[in-house]
Amino acid sequence: MSLHKDYLDVPGTIIFDAEQSRKGYHLNQFCMSLMKAENRERFKADEMAYLNEWPMTQEQKNAVLARDLNRCMATGGNIYFLAKIGATDGKSFQQMAGSMTGMTEDEYRAMMLAGGRSVEGNRFVGEDGDAQAQHQPQGQSSQKGKR
Amino acid sequence: MAKITASVFTSHVPAIGAAIDLGKTTEPYWQPLFKGYEWSKQWLKDNPPDVVILVFNDHATAFSLDMIPTFAIGTAEAYQPADEGWGPRPVPVVQGHAELAAHIAHSVIQQDFDLTIVNKMDVDHGLTVPLSLMCGQPEAWPCPVIPFAVNVVQYPVPSGQRCFNLGKAIRKAVESYDENLNVQIWGTGGMSHQLQGPRAGLINPVFDNAFLDQLISDPAALAAKPHIDYVREAGSEGIELVMWLIARGAMSDVAYDAADLDAAKAHSVKVKHRFYHVPASNTAVGHLILENS
Repeated sequence: MSLHKDYLDVPGTIIFDAEQSRKGYHLNQFCMSLMKAENRERFKADEMAYLNEWPMTQEQKNAVLARDLNRCMATGGNIYFLAKIGATDGKSFQQMAGSMTGMTEDEYRAMMLAGGRSVEGNRFVGEDGDAQAQHQPQGQSSQKGKR
Repeated sequence: MAKITASVFTSHVPAIGAAIDLGKTTEPYWQPLFKGYEWSKQWLKDNPPDVVILVFNDHATAFSLDMIPTFAIGTAEAYQPADEGWGPRPVPVVQGHAELAAHIAHSVIQQDFDLTIVNKMDVDHGLTVPLSLMCGQPEAWPCPVIPFAVNVVQYPVPSGQRCFNLGKAIRKAVESYDENLNVQIWGTGGMSHQLQGPRAGLINPVFDNAFLDQLISDPAALAAKPHIDYVREAGSEGIELVMWLIARGAMSDVAYDAADLDAAKAHSVKVKHRFYHVPASNTAVGHLILENS
């Protein structure tokens, strides 16, 4: 009998469950290693060489190099682990979270100051809220291609 | 005997810790948030506990993916503030209460909860930010703390019902400890927030305030709320709120079992303080102090 996963129809969201955790084990453990100052230095000195010490997939390595946190999540990353990459880069949680929306840092900060993202239209895949696939990426970056 | 006298509920946003450590608490962005905790700091001074049981979650700090305990109790003498990647927070070492913690572990495991016993653990912002919010920046924390870590990182996390029942078991454990101790239990994490994906930044004040209302007035019904409601309404990281049900379940107006209902009804819980603010970084901040009458 298959498992019941009632969280798969939440838009713009990947729930870090046991299956994701299995896929992302080495990616997340690489992130953990960045909690040691000497490892942060080694990673910054030669990112690819450091990543090659971990049995991660090429897609995971590329996602880390590109700091594409959505791709990291899709390949099994978890935000609390991925945050160690952001910390190594001197980024805050707000900068990391914002980077996954496509918004600029200022746009994301302004949204939060205005009360955050509304849940309306963002509960189920198929509604019309700003987190839905048809509205990505968000913010000014999405306007560039349309002009 | 030892007795749980009060419960404290608060978010534990890492940026709040950074704001305190970097002296930014009076800046316009942060001032309204810290104002909401001024009363609480005085209350804690006026009602000093002998021990705090602090329910929190580790954020990939002490626990990597090598081992993921659902519930873990700290029975160590002391806990160092962790380096989460930005360097350790400049806060005091957390002193434990090994004797009471060992007693609780023994009693709660016998009540059918499988606790992992931890004798070595660094503590991250999940534990130190609530201490900073309630105590400010002292040379030493005012009392020993028993860290109680809950997995809310890898799904499935424990259900609200299980957390609520665990709170009852913790109360029973505390009340079977011979020494007269004034114990507080703090539930932390939440409120609505999502830190990932295109839906990052989700805030739902309607959900949050309804949660606070029900946590006060009808926690047994709130405990039945399924995980998916938290994820859908309060964001993927809003699931941290299940930890508040552990602290709430330990209050004396909650019946341990059906035979205990009348005794529980004789008690009532007083709401001493309630505060809600948006935003702190990515998060809605909620705060509540309840006292047993």
